[in-house]
Amino acid sequence: MVTTDVTAPAVAAATSACLHCGLPAAAAVDFCCEGCRTVYGILHAQGLSRYYLERDKFEGKSRPAKVTGKSYGELDDPLVLAKHTKLLPDGSRSAELYLEGVHCAACVWLLERAQLDGMLDSRVDLGRRLVHIRWDPRQVALSAIARRFDSLGYAPHPSAGAERRDAQRREDRRLLVQLAIAGACFGNAMLMAFALYGGLFAGMEREYEQLFRWGSFALAIPSVLGPGSVFWKGAWRAVRERTPHMDLPLGIGIVIGFVSGAVNTIRGTGEIYFDSVMALIFLLLVGRWLQRRQQRRAAEAAELLYSLAPQSARLIEGEAVREVPIEAVERGALLEVRAGEHVPADGVIECGSTSIDASLLTGESRPVAAGPGDRAHAGTINLSERIVVRAEETGADSRLGKLLKMVDEAARRRAPIVLAADRASAIFVKVILTLAVITFAGWWLIDPSRAIDNTVALLIVTCPCALGLATPLAVSAAIGRAARAGILIKGGDALERLARPGLILFDKTGTLTEGRQRLVEWSGDRSVMPLVAAIEAHSAHPIARTLVSALPGGVSAELVPSEIRQTLGAGIEARAGGAQWIVGSPTFVESRGATVASWAAEARQRWSAEAHTTVFVSRDGQVIAAAAIGDALRDDAASSLSALRRLGYDLGVLSGDDARVVSVVAGSIGVSPEATRGGVSPEGKLQVVEDASSERQVIMVGDGVNDAAALSRAAVGVAVHGGAEASLAAADVFLDRPGVGPIVELIEGARRTMRVIKRNMAFSLSYNATLTVLAMAGLINPLIAAILMPLSSLTVVASSYRSRTFGGER
Amino acid sequence: MSVLYVLLPLALIFAGAAVAVFVWAVRAGQLDDLETPAIRALYDDDRRA
Repeated sequence: MVTTDVTAPAVAAATSACLHCGLPAAAAVDFCCEGCRTVYGILHAQGLSRYYLERDKFEGKSRPAKVTGKSYGELDDPLVLAKHTKLLPDGSRSAELYLEGVHCAACVWLLERAQLDGMLDSRVDLGRRLVHIRWDPRQVALSAIARRFDSLGYAPHPSAGAERRDAQRREDRRLLVQLAIAGACFGNAMLMAFALYGGLFAGMEREYEQLFRWGSFALAIPSVLGPGSVFWKGAWRAVRERTPHMDLPLGIGIVIGFVSGAVNTIRGTGEIYFDSVMALIFLLLVGRWLQRRQQRRAAEAAELLYSLAPQSARLIEGEAVREVPIEAVERGALLEVRAGEHVPADGVIECGSTSIDASLLTGESRPVAAGPGDRAHAGTINLSERIVVRAEETGADSRLGKLLKMVDEAARRRAPIVLAADRASAIFVKVILTLAVITFAGWWLIDPSRAIDNTVALLIVTCPCALGLATPLAVSAAIGRAARAGILIKGGDALERLARPGLILFDKTGTLTEGRQRLVEWSGDRSVMPLVAAIEAHSAHPIARTLVSALPGGVSAELVPSEIRQTLGAGIEARAGGAQWIVGSPTFVESRGATVASWAAEARQRWSAEAHTTVFVSRDGQVIAAAAIGDALRDDAASSLSALRRLGYDLGVLSGDDARVVSVVAGSIGVSPEATRGGVSPEGKLQVVEDASSERQVIMVGDGVNDAAALSRAAVGVAVHGGAEASLAAADVFLDRPGVGPIVELIEGARRTMRVIKRNMAFSLSYNATLTVLAMAGLINPLIAAILMPLSSLTVVASSYRSRTFGGER
Repeated sequence: MSVLYVLLPLALIFAGAAVAVFVWAVRAGQLDDLETPAIRALYDDDRRA
């Protein structure tokens, strides 16, 4: 055991609010962490302190600033520039960087204001957390720009997946152009249609009637052949592949409408329904566009995942150390990893002893000691001392790289669900075609001249436009409301899955528990709390820091501790107020000769059974107080879990943390031992989800990179507040509020959304039923169709946006 | 009423021009990000010095 003699002035531990982010900070200090202090200083030095006003204006949520202090030298490497940036004709370069920590409008303000000479343009994309920059390479280097962003608290990463995003961007733009054409044709055709409706009542001169009919026809051609082609091509594919799809009834309606209208225009008599057909095309494309936007989010987030793997490393070459891109690191290279940094590659520690936070990979909340000869993994955090690592695997070959790839593949194995709307459309088509045959046969017997017209009218007006809008609108509205309630959902199909019963698997650390060590219980003399805090302020040990932040401060002058001796990893001895104090682990305190009363021994026993760490406080050889430090269960965990059981779900716990600890926690919230698994590796979690998915639907709730593969394989992956960036990217839902309660809200909201979708479909079908009856009776004309068909869409819109799916009374 | 023979094609030409402008805006990337520009509109300061 190493003993150090430390005599430094003690700091009284009370709390005040951090000037930058508002979270608790120790008194006599204005900031909660170095990151916030740095950013605060920079903002004031640059005249950007208006940021705080802007943030209040936008009610932005505060977060501690994360400043890594890296020099980003690897970004100036020509390999990196070639791969991640574009050289433009005028000599400037453009790039897209993924920024960590962008979360509100004020961030956008700050990032677009923070300029360097040589930066020509910077635009933030808040939704994707990207910044598009353009700069003059002769005036400023990319690394300088990166350092600037980093100093403000937004660590940049060259973004991955640029080609895929470019391809998607082109697709999205094409859809928008089609929307424009469909809309323009529709609008102008409606003007002509209005004139024709007037003509139904008051009569119209034949030449003008023909002008409008041919005009409508002319507009219908680009609409049906261009934007509308998506529907009849899709319908044809559905027929060929015999799969039910919403496009089938839509395609039939559009084609019949166009062809019969064309025939009647050329003949010069007969009804034309171009206005209804073009309305259909336009409104349905709007629905598609909404759906596409939602799906984009999900796909992009998964790609950005790869941006989070370590991009650079500090290479030791002889006496010198320089930053290089990760691609330049070869097997056997020696890498320097300073305290507080991520380990850049898998390898063996050559020198230095430290503790490592491997929660990224194992989910274990307690730091693990590591020294020469031990393995270190890319992505884990080096906590206390500088170490040198001999690199073995980097990038995609490292454990982290393999995990990220697993996430990608797991997502692909996930079974797609046949959406409710598509299932409905299969039945719908059969019914409509049957009715069409009946109509035709019926009218043929009564009045053959009207048979074709009425059948055609039937096929057009029963085209379920609203059915095609029912789902996307309800989903879009629900996602918007959920976002305002702090529940961020990436896609509509997640909502449909969430509404179904099944199994919910919870990660433990950070999901069911708070994910950090805190003071759980205090036994014995409470009046000594401030003094204990004052003594512990001298230690950097995680337990000491927990005590300092949890205990009240305000030690009086006579009681300031002196003669402080710290024994690393065991405890601290000090003199205060004329007495000898010892604060430390029970073993340490006992070894210094203190007597332990029975109540203290009992408390220690009890806490040990609850998997907490015990700290004893002794004064002059007598233990007078004891504290339990542990990762506490979240307040709402128990109640939320019983609510989920009542909703009909089976629950289980799947954790990478020590099996004993996990079973204690699971037991305390009523999860049966069969459904609990501790000490599971990330690959193991994926396997568990895979196995369970063969029997029923699995919802996975987690927060770490070690959950990411399981999150993406599960039918629905829910990433919890405060989770690693990787789990945010892999999951379908991200909860922006702490606690287990939001999960209950999520599921209830999903069920409500499904009810809205069904209600929308019911509306749509009832309108269609009305129109069917009218058409079969021969009472339909284009005017009635033009009124009732949009009406059904409007009803669906109103029903979607007025429903309180998420967010309670709002 | 024969003015319709002029008005109708004129209306269609205007519509065509509008679509052309829209297509230009889409190609210039103005509709790629629909959230962030809404936020930028709320800033009071003038942009970069």
